[in-house]
Amino acid sequence: MIFQFTKKLNAANGHFRLEVDAEITEGNLITLYGESGAGKTSILRMLAGLLQPERGYLKVGEEVWYSAEEKINLSPQQRKIGIVFQDYALFPNMTVRQNLEFALYKNQDKRVIAELVDLIELGDLQYRRPETLSGGQKQRVALARALVRRPKLLLLDEPLSALDKAMRDKLQNYILKLHRNFNLTTFLVSHEVKEVFKMSNEVWVLKDGKITSRSTPLSLFSQTDVSGKFKFTGEVIDVEKSDVIFIITILVANNIVKVVADEREASQLSVGDEVLVASKAFNPLIQKIN
Amino acid sequence: MSNIDWSPFALTFKLALITTVILFVISIPLAYWLSYSKSKFKPVIETLVAMPIVLPPTVLGFYILVALNPSSMIGGFMENTFGLRLVFSFEGLVFASLIYSLPFMVQPIQSGLSNLSVSLAEASSSLGKSKFTTLVKVLLPNIKPSLLTGIVLAFAHTVGEFGVVLMIGGSIPDKTRVASIAIYDEVEALNYETANAYAGVLLVVTFVILFIVYLVSDRHRRKISQ
Repeated sequence: MIFQFTKKLNAANGHFRLEVDAEITEGNLITLYGESGAGKTSILRMLAGLLQPERGYLKVGEEVWYSAEEKINLSPQQRKIGIVFQDYALFPNMTVRQNLEFALYKNQDKRVIAELVDLIELGDLQYRRPETLSGGQKQRVALARALVRRPKLLLLDEPLSALDKAMRDKLQNYILKLHRNFNLTTFLVSHEVKEVFKMSNEVWVLKDGKITSRSTPLSLFSQTDVSGKFKFTGEVIDVEKSDVIFIITILVANNIVKVVADEREASQLSVGDEVLVASKAFNPLIQKIN
Repeated sequence: MSNIDWSPFALTFKLALITTVILFVISIPLAYWLSYSKSKFKPVIETLVAMPIVLPPTVLGFYILVALNPSSMIGGFMENTFGLRLVFSFEGLVFASLIYSLPFMVQPIQSGLSNLSVSLAEASSSLGKSKFTTLVKVLLPNIKPSLLTGIVLAFAHTVGEFGVVLMIGGSIPDKTRVASIAIYDEVEALNYETANAYAGVLLVVTFVILFIVYLVSDRHRRKISQ
């Protein structure tokens, strides 16, 4: 998937020019990270076809969805996308089940709904109306509805910001599960470092409409300044896959430390390797030893 | 009261009903366009739609009369092509009422649509649904109180019109002599008893209609806020 977008945007403190281009391995889960007003939501809207760039192109798989030069601009209806809006946008006049059924395309097999109801555990909520649901429940319905048409792209605009921590954890797991089960390329707008770590294998930092860095969460959040950083050398004694991440067990002096790594990092490591373990520690605990 | 002629009421409600039905059909696309369009003509159209609210009905009636009389261009065309004479006829009253009551139907629907979260329509298009499907299945069902307000206000306003009707309809029994005109005629003829009966009926009917609107929209609001 390749895209390049240019557009002048209005922000609270004047205009700025959004200029992004990127090539993405399909199947990735990418978080867009950055201050509000940096253009994160605009990127999602351009991918969805809800906002038209001034120039650029967008190619997903072999299909051109947008090309200013060739005057191609598929409508949101024609793009294979699922969006979860910040306010969920559930249709108040329909029950949960009707919301899901509304999304079906003509003659689509209804089994996908049963599958989603099952995966996201909506069984008990099916015949309730959106106004009777809690935030987390609405979120789950919105997520399920976005996937009924089996989209290629899943766009999540800060879907979890309004939820409490426990609920957020649970929903993050749902999103990861769906991302894998449905072979999605997912874009997630997020402000939360922990979420970025847990969810994504790629993070883009946006500032004033530009992508200032593209990396793994680990290298992004550990590269910054040196102050307050612990560094130790050690030896890899185990590499273990757990869910989407890898747990690397490292022997540092006489202590065993478990460190999280993504697939790419893990593939470069094998048992016996000498490694550097670094960690930012804003608030280290200091305890006197008798 | 048995010797009172109630035919003006039949005529009034027939006029109001026909006007309301036609207005409902034309106001939905118009209100939809007004709430979503970014065209520079939008303020012009909005102004034209709202004019009948502030314009004296006699002014409106006068221009409709000038425009529709058989020796004018539009009036002549209608008469020669469709055999339809729009002045001093029931059809003419319907035409004038459509213009006169248009804002009372369009404005509630427009504000209802504008108050809906934009993401509802966007979600629907991301789910592959056309604008028409979105309007019928998502937007309109969620602005039922606004639709009801538009219907009732347009109906009640048509029942209550006087100046426009007088200008282009006159007072022809069973054709253009609607209730409000009949009251005026009866008062002029010093038949206070009949005028009183007519006025009383209009008063009660109007109260009941508006009462129902407020009752329903209040209930809807309570349902939403639960």
